[in-house]
Amino acid sequence: MATASDFRTCPTTGLKVHSAAENLIKANAVVAVVFLAIGGLFGLLAALTRWQAVHILPADWFYLALTAHGLDALLVWIIFFEMAVLYFASAILLNSRLAAPKVGWAAFWLMLIGALVVNVAVLQGGSSVMFTSYVPMKAAPHFYLGLIVFAVGALLGCGVFFGTLVIAKEEKTYQGSIPLVTFGAVTAAVIAVFTIASGAIILIPTFLWSIGWISNIDTLMYKLVWWAMGHSSQQINVSAHVAVWYAIAALVLGAKPISEKISRVAFLFYILFLQLASAHHLLAEPGLSSEWKIFNTSYAMYLAVLGSMIHGMTVPGSIEAAQRAKGYTKGIFEWLRKAPWGNPAFSGMFMSLVMFGFIGGISGVVLGTEQINVMMHNTLYVPGHFHGTVVAGTTLAFMAITYLVVPLIFRRHIMFPGLAKIQPYLFGIGVLGLSVFMMGAGTLGVSRRHWDISFADAALSFDYPPAAFLMMTLNGISGILAALGGLAYIVVVVASVLFGKRVEGKIELGSGAGAAVAKYGSAGTLKIPGTAVLVAVFFTCFVLYYFVNWKYLSELWPMK
Amino acid sequence: MAVTPPESRVWWKEPVAKIELTWVIIAFLWGLVMFFMMIYWHVVGEQNISNEAYRIDAETFTKKTQAMVDQHTVGQRKARNSDREVPVVAPPPGSDVYLIGRLWEWWPILQLQKGKSYRLHVASVDWQHGLSLQPVNINLQVHPGYEMVTTITPRDKGEFTVVCNEYCGIGHHLMLGKILVVD
Repeated sequence: MATASDFRTCPTTGLKVHSAAENLIKANAVVAVVFLAIGGLFGLLAALTRWQAVHILPADWFYLALTAHGLDALLVWIIFFEMAVLYFASAILLNSRLAAPKVGWAAFWLMLIGALVVNVAVLQGGSSVMFTSYVPMKAAPHFYLGLIVFAVGALLGCGVFFGTLVIAKEEKTYQGSIPLVTFGAVTAAVIAVFTIASGAIILIPTFLWSIGWISNIDTLMYKLVWWAMGHSSQQINVSAHVAVWYAIAALVLGAKPISEKISRVAFLFYILFLQLASAHHLLAEPGLSSEWKIFNTSYAMYLAVLGSMIHGMTVPGSIEAAQRAKGYTKGIFEWLRKAPWGNPAFSGMFMSLVMFGFIGGISGVVLGTEQINVMMHNTLYVPGHFHGTVVAGTTLAFMAITYLVVPLIFRRHIMFPGLAKIQPYLFGIGVLGLSVFMMGAGTLGVSRRHWDISFADAALSFDYPPAAFLMMTLNGISGILAALGGLAYIVVVVASVLFGKRVEGKIELGSGAGAAVAKYGSAGTLKIPGTAVLVAVFFTCFVLYYFVNWKYLSELWPMK
Repeated sequence: MAVTPPESRVWWKEPVAKIELTWVIIAFLWGLVMFFMMIYWHVVGEQNISNEAYRIDAETFTKKTQAMVDQHTVGQRKARNSDREVPVVAPPPGSDVYLIGRLWEWWPILQLQKGKSYRLHVASVDWQHGLSLQPVNINLQVHPGYEMVTTITPRDKGEFTVVCNEYCGIGHHLMLGKILVVD
């Protein structure tokens, strides 16, 4: 049982902060940032190699770097940060002690050891099998083992999170229902359990196969189950970063959800339907029927997409309502113009929201359409899409909330505020370029995971159109921009955590921090015309882009 | 706020603003449109992925391909960096044509007639490969152990390239094949 001396009261938010939770948040966040740096460096090398005029790495190093980039940037950075988010959303937001901090530390060390083992396996050179490690291509046994150990750690972390929810309820540390952000974190954790179970089901046999105990793994079965982990883990990210959007809007602007009910139902749609998305990776596959593909790829009639489209209105809507309540009521967009664009937590969060919707979201639905997929499967369109979701969406949102975590949890002032101010823009524009130019190259047919699109050493000859080479150049330049943005983030965070001025007393997070704005949002009085316009623009883009792709498809060679 | 428990304890009974409800309904209906669009395309569209596939082993698939090559070879194409030659095969329209994906080539070179349909059988005999027909931009996944059969009708004439777009090891970026379409 925790004693009173294990707690401090946060002077800014008034929340009771359990020191064990705080330490775990710090440890997980620090390791996350270290792996972001490593993963980001490999990403930069990959982008510079695919820029044909630079072509910086030899082929074997390119495939190694791409494997490491996927593992570190997509898995290790994000899951470590999500552990921090889970502990924050449970123990901190609920004023509770953390359940079983020792298990939390066991989770932390298992994840760290697992991540290190996988990285060693990849750097040794015998496991350049890409993040997806499709059989029958074989990696070293400790590649799979490291992933399994990492996953076990993450599962323990989810257990600590659920345990904390139970404790908080038993000990009545909060009144009524859990906050929406915690609800979003519950969504993420539930999906995480499903994800990790799928990972265990496929990675344990694959590990046994790699040491020769199992003779054969069916390639189609592997992909089906692997992606139940691989894609679902992206849904953990979506749930987590949507929760982070709500958290930033609340902490910086005092925003309140326009409807608790609708936002929670939208999260519930994620839990119910997101797991079907394994099918997104199997649309061009033999041996699966169209009925199966259509039902699963659409999340049972796009119900999970519906969840995201709902958040796409409720998050900016809650911001608009909060801003209007503060008096920014002129015209349709004064609330947005006068938003705290100089606050990196807000600017990062809002860019994450817009780019996740317009770039990652729309492209994802189009890419996941059974027939349209045939024009995009395994082309650069795919990484273009998921850099819009995972990097512009998740990574940028996590970067944004770091600017609140450092003063609130690490209790340090942000150093180099000027650099921090431009960091989200630098990174955001870089990632926007990466996404758009990769999707452009993919539309021109350029293969993903490909060292040399000039095919210089191939027995036969082939050239992609010159426009594709231009796209790859622009992609390389965007990669440099994004890397600079990532570097700025790491410099600011590391410097602030190590050398930042200590926070004493209450701090100002934004224009409406601390106190909730006056009550608003009852069904009769809600006014969010600006959000309505934004959503209308989004919807128009979505519909147009969707049907343009059907038009392209109709020009393809007939096939059945 | 979103970081605090809901203000009203019975939040699930709060009425929903009209604008929010409208968007939920529009988004839901749009989902239905997109769902039924895929089914609709199976009825009227000409580009649908085949549902026909069989389990097959590498040896059998190689044998079937070899039989087609033995019967219908019309020429050879020399590799540009070695003495190797790849057979150019012209099976009759409407027939079964075979394409092997293997480390690191698509074999053999197929010569098809424009506007004629063929039953294209594709399988890998080793690792997974990606059949990426350029510049048409048709992309299919090719597995070892599974033979996918697609009825395909070339619409344009010319030389088309099959790129491998599933990473298949250190020679992945060397893996090419050709489909020639003639009148």
